[in-house]
Order: sequence, then C-alpha cells, then structure tokens
Amino acid sequence: METKTLVLGVIGSDVHAVGNKILEIAFREAGFNVVNLGVLVSQKEFVEAALETNADAIMVSSLYGHAEIDVRGLRDLLIEAGIGDILMYIGGYLVVGSQEWSEVEEKFKKLGFDRVYPPSTLPQDVIPTLRADLGL
Amino acid sequence: MERKFVLIDIGSTFTKVTAVDLAAAEIVARASAPTTPTDVSVGLRMGLEALVLPEEQIAVSRKLACSSAAGGLRMVAIGLVEDLTVKAAKQAALGAGARVLRTYSFQLTEEDRHEIIELQPDIILLAGGTDGGNTVNILHNAKVLASLPEPVPIVIAGNRSVSAEVKGLFPQSFSTYVAPNVMPQIGKLVVEPAREVIRQVFMEKIVYAKGLNKAARYIEGIFMPTPAAVLRAGRLLSEGTRTTAGWGDLMVVDVGGATTDVHSFGSGEPSKAGVVLRGLPEPHAKRTVEGDLGVRVSILSLLEAVGTAVVAEELGWTEEEVLAWAERLSAQPELLPGNEREEELDAALARQAVRFGVGRHVGRLSELFTPSGLIWVQDGKDLSEVKTVIGTGGVVVNSRRPEQILSGAAGTENAPFELRPKEPQYLVDRLYIMAPMGLLAEEYPEEAFALLTNVLESKSL
Ligand code: B12
Repeated sequence: METKTLVLGVIGSDVHAVGNKILEIAFREAGFNVVNLGVLVSQKEFVEAALETNADAIMVSSLYGHAEIDVRGLRDLLIEAGIGDILMYIGGYLVVGSQEWSEVEEKFKKLGFDRVYPPSTLPQDVIPTLRADLGL
Repeated sequence: MERKFVLIDIGSTFTKVTAVDLAAAEIVARASAPTTPTDVSVGLRMGLEALVLPEEQIAVSRKLACSSAAGGLRMVAIGLVEDLTVKAAKQAALGAGARVLRTYSFQLTEEDRHEIIELQPDIILLAGGTDGGNTVNILHNAKVLASLPEPVPIVIAGNRSVSAEVKGLFPQSFSTYVAPNVMPQIGKLVVEPAREVIRQVFMEKIVYAKGLNKAARYIEGIFMPTPAAVLRAGRLLSEGTRTTAGWGDLMVVDVGGATTDVHSFGSGEPSKAGVVLRGLPEPHAKRTVEGDLGVRVSILSLLEAVGTAVVAEELGWTEEEVLAWAERLSAQPELLPGNEREEELDAALARQAVRFGVGRHVGRLSELFTPSGLIWVQDGKDLSEVKTVIGTGGVVVNSRRPEQILSGAAGTENAPFELRPKEPQYLVDRLYIMAPMGLLAEEYPEEAFALLTNVLESKSL
C-alpha cells in the first residue's frame, strides 16, 4: 500500500498537547506517515510543512475556543502555495459555549475544511473516513 | 611518526604560516607574507622562507593548508520553502565555510538562471523536499541548472527519493555529488554530511579551478576553506576530546573588511523554564556571515545599519567627520588608522559590526498573549549562557582595544529580548591559532586542543 502523509498540528496560540499526541500515535499505527508540528502552529507552518513533505492531508486541532479566527485564510494560503486542493480536517473544541453542531460544521466547511469533528472524537471514528477520502 | 607540522592559511591578503611541535604542544615559529593572487605558491614560498626554522626541519614537517584566497568558496543554495529547506541548505553551505552569494526558493525562473550565470558560483547546493516529500520542485530546478552554459559542480542534498533521478538530469560535463538530505523530516536538520561533501568538492575540484593547486608542490594539500577550519577549531574547543572536557558553549567572532562572521557552539535550548521553542532547530555548530557588516569594503553599509549619528555620538565626532573617514576607508581599504582618533573610530565601528552580527546570529524571545495569559516564545538559539567569546581575524587582533570590540557581543539592557551572551569572558586569537588548529583537528584532536588552550589562555602574549 502506498503511504500517505498527514501534517498534524494544534493551530494558533493553543497549547493543548495531549489530543495531538494521541492522534499522532493513532494515525501512525494506522499506517500513515505523520508529520507532527505539535502545538502553537501558525498557518504558515502548516502550509510550508505540507509543501515540503508533499502531504496528502492536513489535520488541524483547536481546543481553546479560537478556532474560527485562527483558521481563517488557511485555505487561501494553500491555494496560493499551489496545493489548494489538499484534504483538510479539523477537530477539537471548535467553538465556545453550546452552538448547534450542524451550524458549527457548516461554518468550518465554509472556512475550507473537508470534514469537521466535534469534541471527544476518537481516532477510530476518523481513520476509516480518512482512508476513504484518500482513496486507500 | 613525524609530529612536526607547518599549517598554512592562504588568506585574501596575507598567507599566514605557523609551525607547531605537537609533542610539546607549542608554536615553534610563525611568519606571514602577502598573498600572491596570480600564483599563490609565490606568497606561500615567501611565507615558508620567512619562518625562523632550520630548512631541514621545514622540509620534514607535514604541511597542510586552508584558503580563503581567490574569493573564498562562493556558493548558491537552493531549496523549496524559504524557512525550511532553503534555510537548511544555507546553513549547510555556511558551515562548509562558503560565502553564500544568494539563496533561491521554489521553482527557479529564467531570470534566476541568468542571475546564477552572472554570479558564477563555485558550487551549487541543490536541496528541496523532505525525504518522501515534494519532488516536483527539485526536479524542475535540476532541469534549469542542467541547462547552464558552463558546468558547475552540483551537490544534491534534497529529497532522497529522487536524488538519483536529479543526478541523472545533469549532462556528463557536470560533476554531481549526492549527499544526505539537509532536512529529511520537518524540524530535523542534518547539515554535517552535506558540509563534508562540499569540503571534498572544494578540495578536489575548486582548488584546481581557482589555480590554488599551484601551491601543491610545497604542501600536502588545501583541505578546506578557512572559515571551515575556524569552525572546526571552535567546535573542538567547545566539545573537547575523548580525554579532555571542552569549554562548553562558546562563540567565535571574526570582523573583516567586507563581512562579519559569527560562529556559535551549543544547543541553544531555552535557559529559562517555561519558554516555548518555536521554529526549526538550529545547528549545534552554527555560522552566520553578514555581508553588509565590515569595516573597510562594507563600511558604508555598516554605517547605514548602525546609523551614522549613533557612531558620531559615541565618539563625540560630527556625522560629517564620520562619513568622510568612512568614505575614504571604503575607497582605500588598505588604509590604516593614522592617529588615536581614527583608531577609536575603527574600534567603535568594529564593535558595532560585532553588535549587529551577533544580534542577527542569536535567537530572540517574544511575548505571546494567549487566552491563558502571557507565554514566552523563543526563536533561534539561546546563547545567553555562553561563557567565552573569542575574537579572531585581523581587525580584532590588530586592534589595541580588542576587548572593546568584542564587548559588542554581550547583551545590553535596552535589548533584553536578544539572547546574547550575558557576561562572557573575551579572548583574542592573537597568534591566529584558530584556523591552523582546525586543520589539525581531524587527525590530532588532542594536540590541537592542548595548543588552542595554551595559546588562547596565555595572558603573556
Ligand atoms: C488539560 C487541559 C488544559 C491544559 C493543557 C495542558 C497541555 N499542555 O496539554 C491547560 C491547563 C494548559 C489548559 C489551558 C487552557 N484551557 Co484547557 N483543557 C484541558 C482539558 C481538561 C483536557 C484537554 C485534553 O488533554 N484532553 C484529552 C485529549 C485526548 O482530548 P482532545 O484534546 O479533545 O483531543 C481528542 C479529540 O478532541 C480529537 N481531536 C482533537 N483535535 C482533532 C483534530 C482532528 C482533525 C480530528 C479528526 C480530531 C481531533 O481527537 C483527540 C483524541 O481523541 C480540557 C477539558 C476536557 N476534558 O477536554 C480543557 C479545555 C479544552 N480547556 C479549555 C480552556 C478554555 C482553556 C484555557 C483557555 C483556560 C484559561 N482561560 O486559562 C487555556 C488555554 C491555554 C492555551 N493557550 O491553549 C476549554 C475549552 C473550551 C472551548 N473551546 O470552548 C476546555 C474544553 C475546558 C472547558 N470545559 O472549559 N487546558
């Protein structure tokens, strides 16, 4: 099987490190090549890492409630860098307070994400979909 | 085994010759002669003849050389993303002792190709893509380089998945060398192997291309560019040998007429708790070269960086006086200060070159406001715990105020975010021992270390 490369990171000024580590391990065990940028990752770093590694997908985490501000413009940067059609997921605690999930999902899809995951998503909930999206 | 060596540094203006006795760990004679650019062997022979040593002893000594003559090692470094493989490639080239003429990111254009032809680099370092990563860019760039009208030695140090393919794109007339990727993974810098390949190419090819091999009949060989030898000596001092502990983190500063070189040795990890490190790791042995900071050829750009007013105020001169003297120096680089006043200006400018050069070399702290309050973020190397700053090169060594010049390296209260050495001791390479010991370091690290320590720590010189 061809190995697909995922770029992982927690965007913005967010330091929640635990989920990121768990995702890294789970994706690696599932056979992916994982490039983990860790916490405090800027948009620019996501784009540049995806470029150099020829990544197949970008997995953005945001836990601290500022996701909407932090991810705005990321898809445009990717387009600018010539990898605009790369698959991109986001998960974590995306908004503050209780908002209707379908609205949240809609909002982040508009911001350029292919799939949006609610809090407490487990890696095994994601991996089959990811495989399918990457044509594996 | 013969334990007597003559070590030669063929510099851009002087050829410096140092005879050492390894058994005694001491310098037995030194001499220098003007470098003779058209045939460096002439200056070399004059240097050897000027050594106050019996001729038989010179004859039996092993003779090793480094060189920065004929423009030094001039390189172009190419990668994919500016902050990733371009940066890594640049570090590899600098660490190999090169002058990096220009770096290029992304795909080379037709204009870039023309510029490279104009620049006439001695070697091109071609990187781009992590291992298994992007291949399109490096393949494109290889095609562009393969169409250069004159072959240039190419060191390929990019995505290893296509190294062979990249090599295959070049016609027979090009010498191509494959080195391990300078950035095999994001966040992992592997510059040493590429540096070594560059050094080999320098030794085997560039020395001939520049006609430096004319010196060959007098010596074993020219083994590396002078800055690479200085880097090796600094590293040996910092790391020590198998039997002797090194000095730990240190910095070497070389102010020249055209450039200011800064070398640091140390991990550069945050010295304070709670600081988050951001960005790429930096090499343990890091070299930076500032092409706009020099006290002769580059004096006007130095003044521009520093501000003429700042220098004038420091010295109590008028700005016009400072500028007038600077213009004379840049027009006549061989001019030496004629009186106390001019000497003061020289030292003040050199100190500014050190201040700016070190400022650009070291990492910095910045405050980041997060929902949970303030956190400290560090970019680059934290060198605040560096205990020793060594000054080398003619400008520092020939000055009557070397410590004043070197004090530009230390931290100041008005720039608390720059991670400069806090309270270093300053040592001056009065006998130009760094480059010769770098030459010796590979084969005789113990002896080179002992010699370096003896000479640099000796107060009686
Ligand atoms: C530990 C913790 C901290 C620690 C983090 C330590 C560290 N270095 O990791 C500290 C104390 C530093 C901290 C600070 C803050 N925290 Co906090 N923190 C938590 C806590 C208790 C656990 C987080 C955790 O590790 N979970 C375990 C991991 C495994 O789960 P996870 O991170 O959610 O990740 C999983 C999934 O979400 C998913 N996932 C995550 N990302 C992605 C991405 C993709 C693409 C996919 C598919 C899936 C996916 O997969 C992961 C594995 O299953 C949570 C509450 C909670 N119980 O979740 C609050 C919580 C996340 N924190 C919160 C807040 C508000 C903060 C602060 C702003 C508090 C403050 N005002 O000081 C700061 C922000 C600091 C900063 N700049 O980032 C809120 C966020 C609320 C929101 N977004 O609306 C939470 C939810 C607490 C709460 N209920 O209010 N926090």
